[in-house]
Amino acid sequence: MTTNVPAYEVHAGEHGGAKPNFLNVTKGFMSWAATLDHKRIGIMYLIGVTAAFLAGGLFALLVRLHLWEPTGLLFDNATYNQIFTLHGAFMVFIFVIPAIPGSLGNIVLPIMLGAKDVALPRLNLLSFYLWVTGTCFALYAILAGGFDTGWTFYAPYSLYSTQAVISIGLGIFILGFSSIFTGLNFIVTTHKLRAPGMTWFRMPLFVWAIYATSILQVLATPVLGITILLVAFERLYGVGIFDPRLGGDPVLFEHFFWFYSHPAVYIMVLPAFGIISELVTVHSRKPLFGYKLIAFSSIAIAVISFLVWGHHMFTSGQSTYAMFAFSFLTFFVAIPTAIKEFSWVATIWKGSIAMNSPMLYTLAFLIIFAIGGLTGVILGALNVDIHLHDTYFVVAHFHYVMMGSIALAFFAGLHHWWPKIFGVIYNEGLAKLACGIIFVGFNATFIPQFVMGSRGMPRRYATYIEDYQPFHQASTIGAMVLGAGVALMVGYLVHSLLAGKKAMQNHWGGVTLDWLSPTPPPLENFDEAPVVTTEVYDYSTLDLKTTQTPVR
Amino acid sequence: MSHDHGHSVVVPAPGPGFLPHTVAHHFDTPKQEFQAAKLGFWLFLATEILLFGGLFAAYFYFHQVYPETFKVGGAQLNWRLGAVNTIVLLLSSWTMAMGVRSAQVSQKGKLLMYCALTVLGAVIFMCIKFVEYQAKFDHGLLPVFGGMHDALGQQLQWYTDHDGVMAGVPHGNLFFSIYFTMTAIHGLHVIIGAGLIVWIMFGAAKGRFHANYFLPVDLVGLYWHLVDLIWIFLFPLLYLVP
Repeated sequence: MTTNVPAYEVHAGEHGGAKPNFLNVTKGFMSWAATLDHKRIGIMYLIGVTAAFLAGGLFALLVRLHLWEPTGLLFDNATYNQIFTLHGAFMVFIFVIPAIPGSLGNIVLPIMLGAKDVALPRLNLLSFYLWVTGTCFALYAILAGGFDTGWTFYAPYSLYSTQAVISIGLGIFILGFSSIFTGLNFIVTTHKLRAPGMTWFRMPLFVWAIYATSILQVLATPVLGITILLVAFERLYGVGIFDPRLGGDPVLFEHFFWFYSHPAVYIMVLPAFGIISELVTVHSRKPLFGYKLIAFSSIAIAVISFLVWGHHMFTSGQSTYAMFAFSFLTFFVAIPTAIKEFSWVATIWKGSIAMNSPMLYTLAFLIIFAIGGLTGVILGALNVDIHLHDTYFVVAHFHYVMMGSIALAFFAGLHHWWPKIFGVIYNEGLAKLACGIIFVGFNATFIPQFVMGSRGMPRRYATYIEDYQPFHQASTIGAMVLGAGVALMVGYLVHSLLAGKKAMQNHWGGVTLDWLSPTPPPLENFDEAPVVTTEVYDYSTLDLKTTQTPVR
Repeated sequence: MSHDHGHSVVVPAPGPGFLPHTVAHHFDTPKQEFQAAKLGFWLFLATEILLFGGLFAAYFYFHQVYPETFKVGGAQLNWRLGAVNTIVLLLSSWTMAMGVRSAQVSQKGKLLMYCALTVLGAVIFMCIKFVEYQAKFDHGLLPVFGGMHDALGQQLQWYTDHDGVMAGVPHGNLFFSIYFTMTAIHGLHVIIGAGLIVWIMFGAAKGRFHANYFLPVDLVGLYWHLVDLIWIFLFPLLYLVP
């Protein structure tokens, strides 16, 4: 892809070296807290979601430690219920849903489009502060006694529980608006702020993925919003819509909740797919196989995701015909998903593969996601799901897709764009080591859970019969290893910010606009507005000098 | 359009009494800014429709399950007052559209007048709503079932139905729960819309809106039309169908 961006020139000795970039162009707390720059907002999100991830991870470690003993090692049952609820709520609403769009999406998407910023920068900042406010409500809810309903807040227990359900509900409601406004912003940006010459089919696939995610965010999240409001009204005024004592229907809650929460899991995973699409092409230095297939499959997944919510409710007493339909559609959504997986593998095939840390995380993703996705199809089969519903098999399935796939893709994307955003590179040896530890630890945590789930271990149980103890203990050890790997990763990444080596101008040799902008980017992303004249993954345009010249 | 400071695009005022508008720095042309804002706002309206959509889904579900309750409950509502409210909102949508038109031809006085009329419509609507709610209070037809506890743990006895109008149908409280939830959330949006129109009036008085820049008036107008549209669906479903 050639642009009219001149080759980056450094005039040594002028103003002490390089031109100002977005990190140092203005200084001081308010220049960050009141920034309208999408890159700074993205970094603030990054810090926030990382903290949320570590908090959610801490709750996870507490859960796993507690389950070391069949009678429960650490807590009484009621407290255990709160701990796993916190783990789920923090991870789903405060970490996974906002993480990739809020951090990498915000930082990278406008640059990839050749724009100076997102379409609605003040709305972007508002989205961030809504995230902060929602998180504060969640923290308040913990201080106000916690909540123990599970992250799914099923009626009627969520109506009767005497704990801080309304507080966390309001927090999630506010977080929902953060999500809606972020999605709205990205849709408008994609439609209106593409550089001249960038047609829809010259957009990088990360943009397609975020676009599909944004459609889901805008259309699905309001339904969660109204559901939470109704639960709050029920608790406050006895509205009676979900409470069977008042004529309401608790299964209606499940329908409302999953109508959002199934698209929500695609809100979580589609950006991860986008990251993998970018990484496989750059680190194999080969155009993406099946570009249009991958682009359309993102949209197809977004559409079909609205039609499968009932597969979370196969044991709730739906009509058989409804269950047939949901099961069939669940299998059907696996098709565009598999198209992606195969296209990624085909991209790597016979490419010039660089076995660096982003690529290792990508390969780990491809293996883990295959397992996660296939076990989802297994759960979509009615006769099997009757036995596996609410067992550890389900827990293992969604951790394979949420932790093993989405979180790994997030890590991969961080490693990939780290040199671009910060102009420094982390210790590659430690990165490879951490990837290995995370891969081993992750599988060690969750494979035992597949096995014990298939043998009947129910989920969300604070205690269990002794037969399951070896599986639980293996899983706990795996979780500790996984935690160590994550800690190592955070360690060397932070260290790189303090004392890292300078990165290269175009560290990995990408050809999309994000790699052609200066490193780190200036405030308005480019020195001169780019014009696009070539196809999107045309590596013949790659200037190898930029992959060898360090940032000044 | 002109450029000042070497970078910003400025839309000039069409005459004395009006202010120029500076296009946001990340847009290249005023048209791009206008289109981006409009697209964003339509997306936001879509989210509002989905928010109410959940409530309509609940309405249809319970209507299906308890048709008698909805028939008798709907008969308790004053359809004449509801009809007046419908006409008031429809008229206010017209005045709002006229307001947008006034902005488009730089008629500041008329813009202010039409906005004021629209707000007046909103106030009339809320007053009639208040009267209706008052009547429900008097009959003890409120959304709370006796035996429930509020957030402070105190027993609530609001749904008393002391005139026994809902006797004989199952779960009479459900109809009123849905009625109050839907109309209250709608009423909240009426108030928000009125607030936005007042904000427009402040800007209009300063001369911010004119033929070259009327975007905020346009978008607030869209919001008001949505508020009206939702009532057009609420009124027949709650008042007329039973």
